[in-house]
Amino acid sequence: MKKTHIILLVLIAVSIAVLISFMGDVTTYDTVTSAKEKPGKFVHLIARMEQNSMQYDPLNNPNYLSFTAVDSLGNSIKVVYNNTKPTDIEKSERLVLKGKVEGDHFECRDILLKCPSKYKDDMNAAKKELVSASE
Amino acid sequence: MEFVGEHLLPGQLGHFFAILSLVASLVATFAFFKVTNIKEINEKKSWTRLARGAFLAETISVIALFVTLYYIISNHLFEYKYAWQHSSRSLQVEYLLSCFWEGQEGSFMLWSFWHCVLGWILIWRAKNWEAPVMTVLSFAQFTLATMLVGIYFFNVKVGSSPFVLLRNEMDNAPIFSQPNYLEFVKDGNGLNALLQNYWMVIHPPILFLGFASTIVPFAYAMAGLWTRDHNGWTKPAIPWAAFSGGILGLGIMMGAAWAYESLTFGGYWAWDPVENASLVPWMVLVAGMHTNLIYRSSGYSLKSTYVFYILAFMLVLYSTFLTRSGVLGDTSVHAFTDLGMNVQLVLFMLVFLVPSFTLFFVRSKEIPTIKREENTYSREFWMFIGSLVLFLSAFVIIVSTSLPVFNKILKTNWAVGEDPEGFHNQVQIFVAIIIGLLTAVTQYLKYKDTSKSYFWRKALIPTIMAVVLTVIIAIWGNISYDKKGIGFLIAIHLGVFAAVYAVVANAAYIWVGMNGKLKAAGASIAHVGFGLVLVGILISSSKKTVLSHNTTGMSPLKVGDKESPLENITLIKGIPTDMGKYMVTFRKDTLNERDRKRYYEINFRAKDGKENFNLYPDIIENNKGSEGVTPNPDARHYWHKDIFTYLTFLANPEKIRAQDTTTFRLKNVAVGDTLFYTNGLMILNEVLVNPNNDKFKFSPQDTALVLDISVISKEGNRFKAQPVLQIVDGAVQVLPDTVMAQSLVLQFNQVKDQEKGLLELGVKETSGVLDFVTLKAYEFPFINVLWIGIILTVIGFFMSIAHRLNLMAREKKS
Repeated sequence: MKKTHIILLVLIAVSIAVLISFMGDVTTYDTVTSAKEKPGKFVHLIARMEQNSMQYDPLNNPNYLSFTAVDSLGNSIKVVYNNTKPTDIEKSERLVLKGKVEGDHFECRDILLKCPSKYKDDMNAAKKELVSASE
Repeated sequence: MEFVGEHLLPGQLGHFFAILSLVASLVATFAFFKVTNIKEINEKKSWTRLARGAFLAETISVIALFVTLYYIISNHLFEYKYAWQHSSRSLQVEYLLSCFWEGQEGSFMLWSFWHCVLGWILIWRAKNWEAPVMTVLSFAQFTLATMLVGIYFFNVKVGSSPFVLLRNEMDNAPIFSQPNYLEFVKDGNGLNALLQNYWMVIHPPILFLGFASTIVPFAYAMAGLWTRDHNGWTKPAIPWAAFSGGILGLGIMMGAAWAYESLTFGGYWAWDPVENASLVPWMVLVAGMHTNLIYRSSGYSLKSTYVFYILAFMLVLYSTFLTRSGVLGDTSVHAFTDLGMNVQLVLFMLVFLVPSFTLFFVRSKEIPTIKREENTYSREFWMFIGSLVLFLSAFVIIVSTSLPVFNKILKTNWAVGEDPEGFHNQVQIFVAIIIGLLTAVTQYLKYKDTSKSYFWRKALIPTIMAVVLTVIIAIWGNISYDKKGIGFLIAIHLGVFAAVYAVVANAAYIWVGMNGKLKAAGASIAHVGFGLVLVGILISSSKKTVLSHNTTGMSPLKVGDKESPLENITLIKGIPTDMGKYMVTFRKDTLNERDRKRYYEINFRAKDGKENFNLYPDIIENNKGSEGVTPNPDARHYWHKDIFTYLTFLANPEKIRAQDTTTFRLKNVAVGDTLFYTNGLMILNEVLVNPNNDKFKFSPQDTALVLDISVISKEGNRFKAQPVLQIVDGAVQVLPDTVMAQSLVLQFNQVKDQEKGLLELGVKETSGVLDFVTLKAYEFPFINVLWIGIILTVIGFFMSIAHRLNLMAREKKS
């Protein structure tokens, strides 16, 4: 066997090992109930924010946001996010919350907003606007 | 119904040219195909005329499409959905072009346009290779044209036209039942605030030129397989691959510069799927260019060259699919949204993937290979290893980025793990080490065989220099990135060595190996640049420090935990806040009418008194439909570092302005006095002279007085406030303190009467809301090394293109 072939095999083996370790870290999309079943495990929670449940006082502590998240099944959990309030979070119909359940609450690392501004819904919003313009 | 005020002609022209471009590119494909396969000279000539004519028609239609759409956008014809959706009247002229690439249709158009430009260069220069190469390119034009027609074909919608009318797209909205509906559609939705940045005017065209140009090496490879001339194509392909590598690399890094200057993920690279999708084709293309060079000089690696060039182009198509299909919706912050063309996008990939690999495997046996093994002391051996490492690294990145695609195919529910950035960094640092080392030493090896003494004699001095430099950086560079453990820190130092080695060795090679002949030194310069890019990335990322580190509200256990994301700090207007080396003050904000941005003046004053400067991060109101604002960072550039800040939260500025009109009330107080304020009282406990405690670190040489005040609210809550009066270099400085929960600001103005012990205290109560901003501030050291590295790399690429074209021209003459 040629040296290049040996090196090729070794490198491919390394890449596969790396990818396997990546898959080992891979997590899942969860609901409130299933996330509560595995406390301490990093998950992606898909939920929306309960109205009027948000607490954020940037003057006091800009790194503390908390609210109640409700998933599509109606279960809820308190969420704590140690960062600033993402713009438009109140308007977002769907949140992807990345973090883990710790004790009684969900310790959130990162929030991804699915805003109405994103294209499809945007067209609906725009329609409404056009309707109101014609009235 | 007749509608009033519509301009239908531009749209009709647009539709016409979209269809003309579809037909013309199909005719060109067929004609170039004929030219390739026909032997008879006269017939060949007439087919060539037809093919070029068709390509001319294609070029004219693509330009006409561009002009028409620009006309629609710049004249604010909001009866067209594209203009209504992507632009608005208040947009500055320079961003009208950005509206093109906010939508998918416009960016397809841009891609198509670059193919036309490249096509004419090929027709002009490619000689015998024109016909087969142009067949592939024209076919690609055809597939791109299908993306823009937007017509129904047996009830299946093909493509998405940018010339559709708003009323046809939303026909159920009642507004369109009125003939004069346009009177109500006064303005468009506007351009996404993030795209209103000058980088967004130039980054997409360059990036798309990079994407578009990957087709040329691919087309040459196809031509080689097709015509069975496996050797001939490898020569003209090299400068094209270098062109593509240079432009695509530049485009990607312009995107990084845009991210750094206008996005708020706190840096230039975030391993976002969209970034990965554009980086991976570049890596594979560069791997292909190196194997191509190996083949030209030693005869090895022809098959790998074929595979790499084909894959580089396939990866461009795949990244098109990733970014445009909406599949990344949950993982990326800036992918396009779904246009409902996913089937077409998959077909777009398959229609190139299947024929090219079929052709490759059918012809595989005839591709010349050398059975004898490469010499270990040869350039081709190590260059091949380097290409392989680049390719596999690209493979790892793209597979891990494709997780959402696997979910779609396998119906699984996987989500990216806790720290995808960390994963990529930990893997790619080893790739950087290997590639850095190989970049350093490989030039000192000759093709085929190198005598050991030659290699060591030439490589010795640069090696020693690199070791010395690395040791200096290790000792005085103060790299102590410990978030990922000691192993990663060691890897960073090794990476710094490999990168420094690459820089030094390649710079030295220009003199040691080539006797200072700069004309031929394109490769060395590109490698020096690449090494600098690595140095810049390693140092700026591992030494990035958070200035706005905030410990408010943290449990004592977590303080000092470096993983904690408490990087936001709130600045109240006019009140200096402690931020590491600086006292930082939010002074004022102003609205610029022209670019509709609100600029916030943030003053940074170094505690050692050496620096005093303002930064102006800004916010821009989002386009209609999504309220709120988009912040843009600002940075102060030094030769060795950047101070970088952006707003992360702010209260509604208009609301605050109306309320915050209060000023400081001045009171003379003595120790033990009690003062009342609206919501309670405060007691001056004592005056501390040069205190040295948890909060203050004064030494006996300082002149500082601190008032210790207890604030007690009506509800019985107790707070502590400690305003400071100090003398620094003969100047009096006051540092007010705030009790935020009580909206109270206390300022120690002066000592009124030393004998009576009377002190002047300023008390400011705001009516509920204080004017403030919340921001993050970072220090990025040595980021300029990265930018310089990129510029050098691109210069290097173009020098080697020029050199090769020169050589080819000279060969032809002799």
